[in-house]
Parts: sequence; structure tokens; C-alpha cells
Amino acid sequence: MIEFQHVSFAYEKDRPVLKDVSFRIEKGEAVGLIGANGAGKSTVMKLLLGLAEGEGRILVDGTEVRRDTLPEIRRKLGFVLQNSDNQMFMPTVYEDMVFAPLNYGLSREEADARADAVLKRLHLEDLKNRYNHKISGGEKRMAAIATVLAMEPEAVLMDEPTSALDPYNRRIVINTVRELEMTKLITSHDLDMILDTCGRVILLSEGRVAAEGPAGEILRDRTLLESNRMELPLSLAGRPY
Amino acid sequence: MNKMQRAMHELSEMDELAAGSSPVHALHPAAKLITTVVYILVTLSFDKYDLGGLVPMVLWPVMLFQISGTSVKTCFYKLRIVLPLVMAVGLFNPFFDKTVLLQLGSLSVSGGVVSMLTLMLKGVFCLMASFLLMATTPIDSLCAALRKLRVPKLIVTLLLLTYRYVGVMTEELAVMTEAYSLRAPGQKGIHISAWGSFLGQLLLRSMDRAQELYSSMLLRGYRQEFYYADHRAFRRGDALYMLACSSVFLLLRNVRIAELLGSTIVR
Ligand SMILES: Nc1ncnc2c1ncn2[C@@H]1O[C@H](COP(=O)(O)OP(=O)(O)O)[C@@H](O)[C@H]1O
Ligand SMILES: [Mg+2]
Repeated sequence: MIEFQHVSFAYEKDRPVLKDVSFRIEKGEAVGLIGANGAGKSTVMKLLLGLAEGEGRILVDGTEVRRDTLPEIRRKLGFVLQNSDNQMFMPTVYEDMVFAPLNYGLSREEADARADAVLKRLHLEDLKNRYNHKISGGEKRMAAIATVLAMEPEAVLMDEPTSALDPYNRRIVINTVRELEMTKLITSHDLDMILDTCGRVILLSEGRVAAEGPAGEILRDRTLLESNRMELPLSLAGRPY
Repeated sequence: MNKMQRAMHELSEMDELAAGSSPVHALHPAAKLITTVVYILVTLSFDKYDLGGLVPMVLWPVMLFQISGTSVKTCFYKLRIVLPLVMAVGLFNPFFDKTVLLQLGSLSVSGGVVSMLTLMLKGVFCLMASFLLMATTPIDSLCAALRKLRVPKLIVTLLLLTYRYVGVMTEELAVMTEAYSLRAPGQKGIHISAWGSFLGQLLLRSMDRAQELYSSMLLRGYRQEFYYADHRAFRRGDALYMLACSSVFLLLRNVRIAELLGSTIVR
């Protein structure tokens, strides 16, 4: 469903951020994109969404990401931003949720029905008519996920979905992500979350794919993780006491 | 909450006011927009000495406050930052224009004083009218109306983004002033030596966030059209409101109500 072929990218000349990155994600797979701060995880997502242009080829469902294919590509991908404040721009949660469906030509009734279905599924009915500037961080993250699901994308991309959440809200987000059956690409350095939600992991280090494989294997490899500025997930670390 | 956070909160509250329900909220955005523009143009067109002619123009905003259920206090509270600036415009007139225009007993009123008051009132009236428009019309509906009136996409998008980004900018400003004041205890405001870097940072940070917000709109199918705004039909009532109000404004502009009343009473 998603394929990177020899992709390189630099924001500024002479400071490459991605160097010859290649990987494939099959339909229905849940893949974790891990790596230390500044490894280039968010950049991978930007390129995939056509928010930045690099060298090499990026394919979504066999269609190359190019300026003329962007509307088609973006319609298939739902992106949950790292900072939910920047994701929600309408006054209320409900208005944010129907924004995409209406832009894509659904009628008000159809868009309403979609928003209601998603809210019900995520048990967020209470949020519907709340103002975006008056809900908590955890609620806002869930609302951001809801706005993306209301687009009914074929794949969801999530950039650090558990960052800045307390344990309770983090758990809610993890459980929600686990229940989504579409293709998922999730970046994070919260490796416990990746272990809980992803079957496969791609490890990015200084702009290159440093390792790739089943989550259970990669996330258990202490040497590999530590040489790339990460630590074993707590749940696998084995408690010394 | 510091001053900035409060300002930000207030801005978001405009959306809440605009989401209210009243006969004024229910009018078509285009009708309200055009009426407001006519009101502002007529108000500005009064002669600078025509204080008596200008004063009755206050009736329209007062009426709107009543019908829409918007509080006058809220209006002046939210405008408290711009209001003094607008009022300051005419402040020097009394010093330049000393021709006596009016003799009230022993008190002689100079042309400068009259023109100062006229200018100030014009400013206040126009601000009130704009505030009322924003407080009774969601920004997206307003943008949709502008598009209907064939205003170019670029301009409408700019308006929408400015409205949204002012919020982002004040938010960044709030975070930054807080961070600053935590490290400069007992200091009032921001020391002048830090202004340069402070403003630079603010611009960069709000630009980054604005960029993300705009991306988020693009990723959800935004193509500078307002499919999502409330598209209600333009009804006969809307046209009637627009025409009636505009005619009254023009009437007030051209007929000297005060003199008319005065002369009937005297007669
Ligand atoms: N807009 C930008 N302009 C210049 N450099 C950037 C920009 N965004 C990110 N970078 C740089 O690119 C590198 C990768 O960033 P990013 O993809 O955000 O990393 P990650 O999401 O893995 O933490 C970092 O070194 C960062 O400093
Ligand atoms: Mg990142």
C-alpha cells in the first residue's frame, strides 16, 4: 500500500535528513517507525503526504506521489499530527469532524452520520459539541483521531500519538489504535506503545533505515536499540528488583 | 492566566458568540456583511463638523445589540485595546482648529473640538458595527458569503487564515511571555533589550504553527472553497433587512433629523 524507493531529502543543502530510504508497507499492516529525536520520522510522513518533495519515488496504492496526484493520495491517507492544537482549526469538535467529508463532496446529512458513527465508536459522544479550546489535552488527541477517522481513510499515519499524554489517556489512545483495522504507520519513541500496536518495526537512524523486522524481534534487541539512542521497552526490560 | 492567555481565550470566545441564536444570527451572512459595509461607508462620509447628524447613527448598533442579545459590555471589553487607538486619531484637532463654531452661553465650542468628537464617534461606531458582524456570524459563513459575492479566493483565504492565525500567534505569545517572566521575576513586561529576539522568535514559532495548521486543512481536502460553511438560501427577509437598513442609513445621512425634530417642536 505504501512504498518508498530510494528516497532522499534535505531541508537545507548539504544537510541531508533522509538518505536513500526504501521500505514497503502492505495493506492492513501496522508498522512502527522508530528512531531517536531528529532521526527523520516526521519527515518521512511529510514526504508521504506531499508536504515536502524529495528525490526518489514514493508510491501509495501504486500511484506515485506527485503534485498532480496529491488530491487522490491525500484522500486515502489520514494524518494525525503530533500537536493536536495544530490539527483542530474549527471552533468545535463536530465542525472539525465534518470539515473533510464536506470538502470531499458529502452532503451535510452524510457527513453528520459519519461524525456520529465515529464518535460513538470511540465513545466520545460527549465531545461532539465541545469547543476545541476548552477540552483537555487527552480529549483533544482523541478528537484529532476522530476527525481523521471521519475521513474514512485507507491508511492512518500517526506522528507520536502518545506524546504529552498521561498514562490514562495514553492507554485510551493505544486501545483505540489497536482496534483500527486499516493500514497504520505510527512514529514514536514510546516503544511500549509500538510493541502494543504494531506488528512490524522500521528503525530509522540518522536518515537511514538501520533495521527492519517483526516488532517482537527488533524491540527485544538491546544492542541495536542502544546503539541507536533508544532503550528496551519497559515491558521487555525485565525488572531487576 | 496572564494577560496574553486571556486575550487568546477571548478571541476563541468570538466563535462562541457567533454560534448563538437570535434573529440577527439567523440572517444571511451576505446581507449582514453588505449592511455593515454600507453602515461603515455612510458613517465615514459624514462631514467632520456634522456631529449632530452623526449621533443618530448610533441607533443601528444599539438596536442590533438588543436583538442579538450581545452585551455592550462584552463589546467594549473586547475592543479595549483598539478603542483608545481609534479615539486618539482626532486628539490634536482642538489645537489646530480654533474657529468658534458654537456658542453655548458663555462657553464657545471650537471647530477642533467638534471635529475631534465627530472623528471619535465615527471610529467607535465603525468598531461596534464590525464587532457585531463578527459576533453574530461564524467566520466560515462570512467567508462563504464573500465567495458568493465573487471576492477572489486568495483574499478570502487570507482573511480566514488571518483570523485563525491571530489566535495561534497570541497563543505562542502567551507561552513565550510566561517562559520569560518565570526567568525574570519581578520584572514588568518584557525588557526592551529582549524585544528583538522575542519578536523574531514569535514570528518563527507562529509561522511554523501556522504552516502546520494550513497543512492540516489541505490534508483534509481544503481547496479554498467553503463547502463546509452553513449554506442557507438568501431569503426575502434578508433582502428586506439589507434594503431597509441601508435606506435608513442614507436617510439619516441626508435628512437632518435633529433639526427636523427641533423645528417641529419650536413650531
Ligand atoms: N522545517 C525544517 N527546516 C529545517 N530542518 C528541519 C525542519 N524540520 C526538521 N528539520 C530537521 O530534520 C531532521 C529530522 O527531523 P524530523 O523528521 O522532525 O525528526 P523526528 O520526527 O524523527 O524527530 C532534524 O535534524 C531536524 O532538525
Ligand atoms: Mg517528529
